[in-house]
Amino acid sequence: MRSIRKTSLRPAALAGSLLFVLAACSITAPSEEASGGGETGAGGDDTVTIGLITKTDSNPFFVTMREEAQTAADEAGAELIALAGAFDGDNEGQVAAIENLVSQGVDGIMITPNSSSGILAAIEQARSAGVLVVALDTATDPEDAVDATFATDNFAAGVAQGTWVRAALGDEEPQLIMLDGTPGGTVDTFRHDGFLEGFGIEEGDPAIVGAEDTNGDQTRAQTAMENLLQRAPDTNAVYTINEPAAAGGYAAIQARGLEDQITIGSVDGSCTGVADVAAGVIGATVMQFPARMVQQGTEAIVQFVEDGTRPSGFVDTGSVLITDQPVDGVDSENTAWGAENCWG
Amino acid sequence: MSTTTAVRPSAATGRSILQAMARNPLLGPVAALVVSVIIFSLVSDTFLNPQNLSLILQQSVVIGILAVGQTLIILTSGIDLSIGAVTVLGTIVMAQTAGTNGAVAALLTTFAVCTLLGALNGGLVTVLRLPPFIVTLGTFTAIQAAARLLAGSQTYQVPEGPLTFLGFFLNVGPFSTSLGVVAMLLLYAVAWYVLSQTAGGRHVYAVGGSLPAAVLSGIRSGRTVFSVYLMTGLIAAFAAWAALGRIPNADPNALQTANLDSITAVVIGGTSLFGGRGGVGGTLIGTLIVGVLRNGLTQAGVDSLYQNIATGILVIVAVTVDQFARRRAS
Repeated sequence: MRSIRKTSLRPAALAGSLLFVLAACSITAPSEEASGGGETGAGGDDTVTIGLITKTDSNPFFVTMREEAQTAADEAGAELIALAGAFDGDNEGQVAAIENLVSQGVDGIMITPNSSSGILAAIEQARSAGVLVVALDTATDPEDAVDATFATDNFAAGVAQGTWVRAALGDEEPQLIMLDGTPGGTVDTFRHDGFLEGFGIEEGDPAIVGAEDTNGDQTRAQTAMENLLQRAPDTNAVYTINEPAAAGGYAAIQARGLEDQITIGSVDGSCTGVADVAAGVIGATVMQFPARMVQQGTEAIVQFVEDGTRPSGFVDTGSVLITDQPVDGVDSENTAWGAENCWG
Repeated sequence: MSTTTAVRPSAATGRSILQAMARNPLLGPVAALVVSVIIFSLVSDTFLNPQNLSLILQQSVVIGILAVGQTLIILTSGIDLSIGAVTVLGTIVMAQTAGTNGAVAALLTTFAVCTLLGALNGGLVTVLRLPPFIVTLGTFTAIQAAARLLAGSQTYQVPEGPLTFLGFFLNVGPFSTSLGVVAMLLLYAVAWYVLSQTAGGRHVYAVGGSLPAAVLSGIRSGRTVFSVYLMTGLIAAFAAWAALGRIPNADPNALQTANLDSITAVVIGGTSLFGGRGGVGGTLIGTLIVGVLRNGLTQAGVDSLYQNIATGILVIVAVTVDQFARRRAS
């Protein structure tokens, strides 16, 4: 016990000296912390450096983005540093990536935010350090937290998907299953709401016989569909958040021999998805253009470095419905066109 | 599989290095940290920038705080897989309570809820005598789902203020870092003091080193183990506060790898997974090693997957050294 008593003055001494040190310091809120000492622009040389931060580095959509960004950067004579979060929802990883890029002195950052509001403080710090920040694929909330957004209008994509599925049903009474993405995700919500609008029903309509979150994952979508079909065997329409979810859903439908009864609509436009449309697995998919997003983002950053022009607002990079069964009321392209223009 | 084959290239020096590391568990981690700092400062002009060093610390705060709790538990030869989920739940409770009852109530509620969850883990481990791995695997799954239920699949933005206090910046001359970093270092100081200078701290080592011996020498092992899990719940609440300071947004999908990251920091820091040996000093070094690797490899333009390869190798090296030390000890 003696040694404990002897050392018991230590914390007091420690606290005392700490108070002393603290007195010589100042505390500021993050919003008051101006540019934080980061030098503006690239350090030293005049090569444009661009950072790309995707949600993860394993999803084919983001792999395509990364490859296309490299191509666009090479063409512009710029240097690209590609980083990613570790998993969907890895705000911490994306914030660290932004900080590290700013610390390296990049000129501009392109980011597909994991959370539309979770990383705004880091984006603000980057912008106040003189870095141009553009969002790709997913808008931030509020949208003007970044300089500009280059993305698919996901609501419009959902509307096209929903309109097509409803038209494909013809006179049948709709019985809809929804294989959703990640709960609360911005893109997921827009597509879901757009689909319902195009389908001509509202949230809570009795025509929706089941819904499940799949995180856009094929395995989870298959399990969800297997379970939902137990409850709603008369389903004739399926909304899917993306093509892997559509493939998973189809596997469950096929296992029960219901493929002639059920029409699937999807979004993404990957080469696998287009092949699935051609093979009749998916009725129609809405193609996105990730290459356009990174190309336009890269051009905007290069332009900014050259003459200080800042892009602004939401720039729709477009979407096209791909199907071999066109319906009235929706513009579409066939799968041959889709195969030429797909990504991944 | 013997340790001698692991060091064959120059068996004699290799063995003496391992022996030195076994005698002083901090030697290996400190050497690894120093070597990686030297390498990164050579390959990147921006690495040694004070602002970048401050970033590494800021990026280490949440895992660093959680790793203190994880160290306590691993010292008793337990493990806590639920720690990240408790933290995520903590951020959501904090954000929601603040919306209706203000920041002070939010902080108190969060600390209460997280401490209770720690007590739940501790109770299941000590009273029902269930294996910590299984208990915390179960609570991890349940708490993660509870966090998502509570959040209603939404994320909650937190306004700048008391809840983001640990994200405020402390400016000391040219050096600027977040209060979260200061809080983390203080927590390490307190934990070091408790573990190495108090009777309770020695009980933690005794229980983890040899439970029968601890019981024979009159230590109330159940109470010690229970209090360690309870403390870890409290520390998880602290981490939740720090997490909101860093990202003012309570997101039920966040921090999915925090459990494993905290274990990684503890193991790289030289604390034995079998309990009874190590300490928070090593854990702080382990946390910093992981932070330096992440930041340095990014600065050097190395693909992020190599960070994970490097971290994985370090974990295995650390466990190898620990095994060697155990064999020598027995």
